[in-house]
Amino acid sequence: MSAEPTAAERLAVDALLGPPSPSEEGAPSQPDDRRVAFGGYRRSVESRHLLLPALHAVNDTVGWVSAGALNYICERLLVPPAEAYGVAGFYALLSLEERPARVAHVCDDVACRTAGGAGILAALEGRPDVHPSPCLGQCDQAPAVFFQLAGEDDAVLVGATSDRVAEVLAGGSLRDVPPVVPQVGDPSLRLLKRIGAVDPTSLEAYRGAGGYQALARTVELGPDRVIAEIKASGLRGRGGAAFPMGIKWEAVARSSAAPRYLICNADESEPGTFKDRVIMEGDPFAVIESMTIAGLAAGAERGYLYIRAEYPLARALLQNAIDRARAEGLLGEDVAGSGRPFEIEIRRGGGAYICGEETALMNSIEGKRGEPRNKPPFPTQVGLFGRPTVINNVETLINVLDIVLEGGAAFAEIGTGESTGPKLFCLAGAVARPGVYEVEFGRTLGDLIDLAGGLTGSGRLGAVMLGGAAGLFVGDDHLDMPLTFEGARARNATLGSGVVLVFDDRTDFPDIGTRIARFFRDESCGQCVPCRVGTVRQEELLARHQGGEPLDEELFEDVARVMMDASICGLGHTASTAIRSIIDLGLLERSRG
Amino acid sequence: MFGVGGGTCSYQEIETTDVILLWGSNAREAHPIFFHHLMKGVRNGAKLYAVDPRRTTSAMWADVWLGLEVGSDIALSNTVAREIIKAGLYHEDFIRHATVGFGAYAESVEPWTLQRGAEITGLPPEVIRRMAHDYATAEQAQICWTLGITEHHNATDNVLALINLALLTGHVGRYGSGVVPIRGQNNVQGGGDMGALPNKLPGFQDVADPVARGKFEALWGHSVPDRPGKHLSLMLEAMEHGEITALYVIGENPAQSEARSDHARDILRGLEFMVVQDLFMTRTAELADVVFPAAAGWAETDGTVTSSERRVQRVRKALDPPGDARDDLYIISALAERMGPGWGYPTAEEVWDELRSLSPNHAGMSYRRLADEGGLQWPCPGEDHPGTLFLHGDLWDDPLPRDPAPFFPTPWAPPVDELSEEYPIRLTTGRRLDSYNTGVQSGGYSSPLRTAVAIEVAPADGDALGMAEGDVVRVVSRRGSVEAPVLFDRSLRPGLAFMAVHDPDEVDVNLLTIDAWDPKSGTAEFKATAVRIEPLPEGVARRTGVRPVANYPA
Amino acid sequence: MAEVTLVVDGTTVTVPDGSTILDACRALDNDQPTLCYLDNLTPVNVCRVCVVEVEGNRTLVPSCSRPVEEGMEVDTDSDRVRHSRKMVYEFLASSVDMGLVDDDTVAWMDRYGCDPDRYGPPADPADDRDLRKAGHHRIGPGTAAETVQQPVKVDNELYVRDYSRCILCYKCVEACGEDAQNTFAIAVAGRGFDARISTEFDTGLTDSACVFCGNCIGVCPTGALMFRSEYELRLAGMWEEDGQTVTRTICSYCGVGCNLDLHVQDNRIVKVTSPMDHSVTSGHLCIKGRFGYEYVQELGDLAVTPIDDILRRARIDNRGRRRRPGPRG
Repeated sequence: MSAEPTAAERLAVDALLGPPSPSEEGAPSQPDDRRVAFGGYRRSVESRHLLLPALHAVNDTVGWVSAGALNYICERLLVPPAEAYGVAGFYALLSLEERPARVAHVCDDVACRTAGGAGILAALEGRPDVHPSPCLGQCDQAPAVFFQLAGEDDAVLVGATSDRVAEVLAGGSLRDVPPVVPQVGDPSLRLLKRIGAVDPTSLEAYRGAGGYQALARTVELGPDRVIAEIKASGLRGRGGAAFPMGIKWEAVARSSAAPRYLICNADESEPGTFKDRVIMEGDPFAVIESMTIAGLAAGAERGYLYIRAEYPLARALLQNAIDRARAEGLLGEDVAGSGRPFEIEIRRGGGAYICGEETALMNSIEGKRGEPRNKPPFPTQVGLFGRPTVINNVETLINVLDIVLEGGAAFAEIGTGESTGPKLFCLAGAVARPGVYEVEFGRTLGDLIDLAGGLTGSGRLGAVMLGGAAGLFVGDDHLDMPLTFEGARARNATLGSGVVLVFDDRTDFPDIGTRIARFFRDESCGQCVPCRVGTVRQEELLARHQGGEPLDEELFEDVARVMMDASICGLGHTASTAIRSIIDLGLLERSRG
Repeated sequence: MFGVGGGTCSYQEIETTDVILLWGSNAREAHPIFFHHLMKGVRNGAKLYAVDPRRTTSAMWADVWLGLEVGSDIALSNTVAREIIKAGLYHEDFIRHATVGFGAYAESVEPWTLQRGAEITGLPPEVIRRMAHDYATAEQAQICWTLGITEHHNATDNVLALINLALLTGHVGRYGSGVVPIRGQNNVQGGGDMGALPNKLPGFQDVADPVARGKFEALWGHSVPDRPGKHLSLMLEAMEHGEITALYVIGENPAQSEARSDHARDILRGLEFMVVQDLFMTRTAELADVVFPAAAGWAETDGTVTSSERRVQRVRKALDPPGDARDDLYIISALAERMGPGWGYPTAEEVWDELRSLSPNHAGMSYRRLADEGGLQWPCPGEDHPGTLFLHGDLWDDPLPRDPAPFFPTPWAPPVDELSEEYPIRLTTGRRLDSYNTGVQSGGYSSPLRTAVAIEVAPADGDALGMAEGDVVRVVSRRGSVEAPVLFDRSLRPGLAFMAVHDPDEVDVNLLTIDAWDPKSGTAEFKATAVRIEPLPEGVARRTGVRPVANYPA
Repeated sequence: MAEVTLVVDGTTVTVPDGSTILDACRALDNDQPTLCYLDNLTPVNVCRVCVVEVEGNRTLVPSCSRPVEEGMEVDTDSDRVRHSRKMVYEFLASSVDMGLVDDDTVAWMDRYGCDPDRYGPPADPADDRDLRKAGHHRIGPGTAAETVQQPVKVDNELYVRDYSRCILCYKCVEACGEDAQNTFAIAVAGRGFDARISTEFDTGLTDSACVFCGNCIGVCPTGALMFRSEYELRLAGMWEEDGQTVTRTICSYCGVGCNLDLHVQDNRIVKVTSPMDHSVTSGHLCIKGRFGYEYVQELGDLAVTPIDDILRRARIDNRGRRRRPGPRG
């Protein structure tokens, strides 16, 4: 459709892409005598990855993406408007219609809803600038609100109240809250040791606290020995799948294809999860150093850090860390004297849980809809831009620092047989001291709750959500379960992303279950039938139950099974597990009684 | 090409070729399904160069668009040739083995330095150089063209200039490499196959060849003239001079399709007798003494047509023709019956089998095989022959089993209709996706894409002339004038204007065009007219609702 | 070419390396249901109706796109497979109008015992589907089964879009885009159950990049995209597929030589398709080939008017436009 961009929209796009060159589409006034143009298919392929950043650029400055702005982006990047529209509309935080300059996204997800999130929404009901939001990754400081402020940086409000939300929407300002960890100062900490203790903006401070020794050691060892140490460490991915990390690295390092890529998955969106945010906000240089080590080891020349849009503070600190590192030669053409190049670029999500799925994340970086790909082929063979790619999440990556410095064998001594190393858990809900806790693998669920100061609320345990919305609920019979990969497997449980969200026995579990159903219905990408329709049917079943009808358990089981068996990706596979566990624990009926 | 008229490649070959020069062709609109194959090639990694004065919707997909001056194609190809020779990128072995005339050719392009080529074509020299090097160094490369090459006063030289490039680089006679004219009409290739050329018998057998002629004379029991006939432009000239006084027109609309159409109509009116055989009461039919209502060849009759990849395919009767309309074969047979001892009323298949007995290229193509194998590509000399994917593979055989392919030096000459102060704008004509030639067929359906025929100009020209989109203006050439609304088109540079040819009843573009024609092919120079654009007199200014059509990339 | 041997439903089969499980099934004449798969398009494996159980795989795999591996053991009729297929069909039939799917699909649905009614009565049609935003749905009472029912889009003379019939198989997007036409007038928009096929900002086709090639209609498996001619005949109750002939011929326009299948009812062309297995078109056409046939439709008895009369009238109506007097009116 024909529509022209406003000057502000054009400026926002040009600020990202640079002004159009004479032989490029979109130049405001064509040069008089155009005889040559370079472009076509190849340029459209090469520039497509800039689509989401360009949409963000307009959405950030103007507050929404008009038809004229979309057309201008499409001209500049040679993207078909229908496709750009489809991409923009995939992301909850991009608006394709005009809206207020300040918008509040109030978390009413599993942790925040009982901590005041639902109350804020009820108080501000009907306002066009207030929307409910899925988990914002601030469960230890619930309730949380994420603000999009046109023309200014996005911001987060924790410990929110409806009055404070209204004040910010009316133009009030917000202050960044530095991350805290309850264990600060504990000398046994490995992953959290610098958080709250070392200035996250200073490369000097990071170096003074042991930073960049691991990179130096990596350059000494060379890629093969680093990979050997990683394999010896037994380190498994902390994102949920628990895949041995050394095998991924080795597969990419051995590929002869070029270029190869490294991705740090910082799209932490699993409800109840906030550990990666705390690391990125508290120790950003560690993330950048770990990525650099991974890049050198796997032979990647470029790394992408894909971070959810709801983490503006982490993003700013990481960008600062990248800039500082580059200025010191720790990134760039010759990384730390290795003779090898490595660059890191931050990419921002747009409000889509599914983009935490590794292949959906790659599609998102490529400027496509965040729809997961069918596997195989796996990312180590055909990953980002069709190239071999290592993708690890933040927590997994930062373990690399100790492995390189202490050796894989020493690392493997920590923890239990299959579960080596330290592990972070996100404690929130009905505990006295919510926050991120670091323990060696092997501690039980009960230990963790005690570490967080024990139960609050009624003082009687209702259930614990383990591993997030894609995980499951367990009752007090699981308090003795060791929180290890093998320990969880033995009890048909999962560690998932390390969520330990504690609910007391006064919790409205049918409401929690319905919220989880709503979450999956909202976050399903819509690509495959089992998940697209199944998440709707599941939500309808729970809504009917909320309305007073008994749950049709046979139908629920049929729906759950097809999602588990036939969906393309993990979202569909796990969309019923938490709800099913609520049913199995009898929490749906008990609360009704 | 070198004796037989047909594209050397199959469509499938462009899907895996390495470099494509799309020259004077807006295939995306004029040959959309060929463009599907081309885009597969691009997606598989082929580099696409689009050579066209307009940045067409095809050119939008090109790695490089070269917007040369209208009618400077030979200047460009000669410059490319010189660059290839100077850079030592020509295929020495192939030239020595399979061609003649290289020395004279090399000498003829010697003056065409990058600088001179750039001056004449208006293109940056480094871009010409880049195209030359990419084309010459590609493993496989094709040159594809259509009317942008052939609707010029020097059409044949234009074609030869491109063929020279293929010979120079050995990009012919191998899978994926070749020279590919994409045909504008569904059976223009078949017409040539069947001998509808002034100097050819069916199967591209020369009328001057007594052996070939003898075969036909033996079967037909009648002598066959040994002199070439006249092509269309020569016929019109002969009619004008009274040498030809009667005309039988089958499925053509020369009253509207010829350059300088008012002049053409005068000539047709001057005939003593004209028969028109057509589906429609065309403007030409209106001038006829007798009109034979004909059946539609593709849906109401049986027969064959030949495509641009030399694929002979069956057309079949799906509908009964309306009323008294009859198929062409019946009408011609009926005429023959009345003109003497006729040949009865053979079926299409019987006629085809006779053709097969006379044309070795088609000998293996039985109706059964054509149906079972989805058509066959000539040459197909026997029932057990699979047909031929690409032509001239024998140029690579050792020893060379045929005459070597000749280089023809191609001197450049500018368009006949010169630009001047009085006629400062270069008008070029062309086709649109949803319409076809004079619109006789395509006018019958409601296309959402169709807009009124307009004079399309660069936005800067429109501004300079003080016109807004939709204003009706007068377009004047040395031969005539038409009124048309203005559209702005960013694919045009200032000084270049475009008009589609599809609605001569509304805007008779060919009142403007020049009837200077190529002496060898008889094609007129539709692509290069000098015009000026002027507002309508005071008080008659009109606005229309014309609008540009959205497209991607646009 | 290297070959791979595998076992499908207990039968050993050897196929070329690079084949899919579906290819292997076809080699055994072992029919598998498909919806989003088509020979002339890149598999997107989104409908999941072709899923099969492969020994050693935690979840079911799409047979249309999973490459075969040496020694693979495939079960196409296990409990899990039957359950998933039944559910996929049920999910679709409970949310989409499947009234025009082909007979094969109906037979598969019967075979698996689909009961789309068990999700409750269908919800009322919605007129806001094109406006729905990702992640912003409001939870309802769950008493009716949500559907994609919505008004038909009729915005041009050549084809209509009835997205109440759309199962989101992505075929039209692929045919419009990179698999054939490279026009990209439509794409998937929205997310989750609100995902839909859309132009930019849901603008009408005539304002979009659409070039009306109709290649999207050619690949649509559910009748969501339909020729206007067929749509109107169906509305009038006059569409008689059994009484139609299909004749293969060659397009009358440019010289590419596209194969056309003319579907004729009562001596009128009612739609034009192209064979998917022909090397020239792979089933795809342009606007002229697909829609430009009107000029041969019989328009009345003018065609039997004596030629002299035709000529006389023609000369009077000298400014006649497209519908010239002549054999075809």
